[in-house]
Amino acid sequence: MSDLLSDEVPQDDSMEDVMTPSELISKLEEAWQNEKFSPELLQNKSEVVECVMEQLTHMESNLLRVKKGDAKASIHRMEIDRIRFVLSSYLRSRLQKIEKFFPHVLEREKSRGEGDPSLLSPEEFAFAKEYYANTETYLKAVALKRMPPNLQTLNMLKAVPEPYLDSFVFLRVKERQENILVEPESDDQRDYVVDLEEGSQHLMRYRTIAPLVSTGAVQLI
Amino acid sequence: MFCEKAAEMIRDLQRMNEGQLPAFNEDGLRQVLQEMESLYEQNQTDVNEAKAEGRADLIPSIKLRHTCLLRNQRCVSAYLYDRLLRIRALRWEYGSVLPANVRFHMCAEELQWFSHYKKSLASFMRSLGSDGLDVTQDVKPPKSLYIQVRCVKDHGEFEIDDGTVILLKKNSQHFLPRWKCEQLIRQGVLEHVMS
Repeated sequence: MSDLLSDEVPQDDSMEDVMTPSELISKLEEAWQNEKFSPELLQNKSEVVECVMEQLTHMESNLLRVKKGDAKASIHRMEIDRIRFVLSSYLRSRLQKIEKFFPHVLEREKSRGEGDPSLLSPEEFAFAKEYYANTETYLKAVALKRMPPNLQTLNMLKAVPEPYLDSFVFLRVKERQENILVEPESDDQRDYVVDLEEGSQHLMRYRTIAPLVSTGAVQLI
Repeated sequence: MFCEKAAEMIRDLQRMNEGQLPAFNEDGLRQVLQEMESLYEQNQTDVNEAKAEGRADLIPSIKLRHTCLLRNQRCVSAYLYDRLLRIRALRWEYGSVLPANVRFHMCAEELQWFSHYKKSLASFMRSLGSDGLDVTQDVKPPKSLYIQVRCVKDHGEFEIDDGTVILLKKNSQHFLPRWKCEQLIRQGVLEHVMS
């Protein structure tokens, strides 16, 4: 990262560890790739999003102070644009999945336990609820209310398909894992179990490694 | 045969290219709803008779009609929802003001849905950071800072970040910051010239 960021960087109090700007951007890029390649919506990373937004504002204001025509300015501008692209792409990925699986996403959020981390940020939750209400109101107004009495509601959870968790994903292992169950015991074979070595890359069913994505043990690529 | 109209509605919609929104099939919808009303009434009659006269032989027809009703409901919902997805894509492609020819193809309820959707999206985007972030921009990874663009139609004056005002006259070419041109390129006002 350039000297644009090396001057006093605002640190967000809500973050547990103090991160350098480049660590923050790495975290953003990891979250972005995971979200892009995962078939289901992943846990929200709103602290990362907030910090990156702050970072961008800081970089933009620094850029205003740089002499016009200075060659550094265009490189800094490019850096800002790149980060903004990754952030926008990350948020778009999430919105698309929220819209695609809206009843299931809302159901998961409603039924999570007290201490469990939330899937959606408060703003995403509001957006998801509005999308649900908007769509339901629309279907009722344009067709459902004109149908026979016993057919005037639609079970959204049944009508909207769920994410396909058995799709295959590429991943890189960050922390060594042992005894990952790939295929359970069947008539033809015993339990098919593998060890995942650090740094190795694999192509597997998402369902098998889903928990490892949330802990950060693997990175989807 | 029952449910043919509903299936036809879906087939016609599917035949359209992705992103295209044909006119709302008001007629088709009305026919399907009429079929549903008639199936339901026949079932009501039969159910009453089956209960009163103990006519178990009516039950297979009742079940058939019920299945057709469910299928019609499903087809209609699929048709309507697919249109919503196309309309949603328009917000991301064209921005919050839809061209008149597209609006003409939408029914009143669809226009309402669109209006709520863009409000909802706008509040979400505004909530990001302290000033908000327009996530409908920056669709492609930035390759270069400035791009050469040609003006395809007259757009009048256009101000860029450092205050200078450019006159976008048809066929004029400019070397402009990429991020300022994105939306105009998508709307068809500017064209990226790659040499």
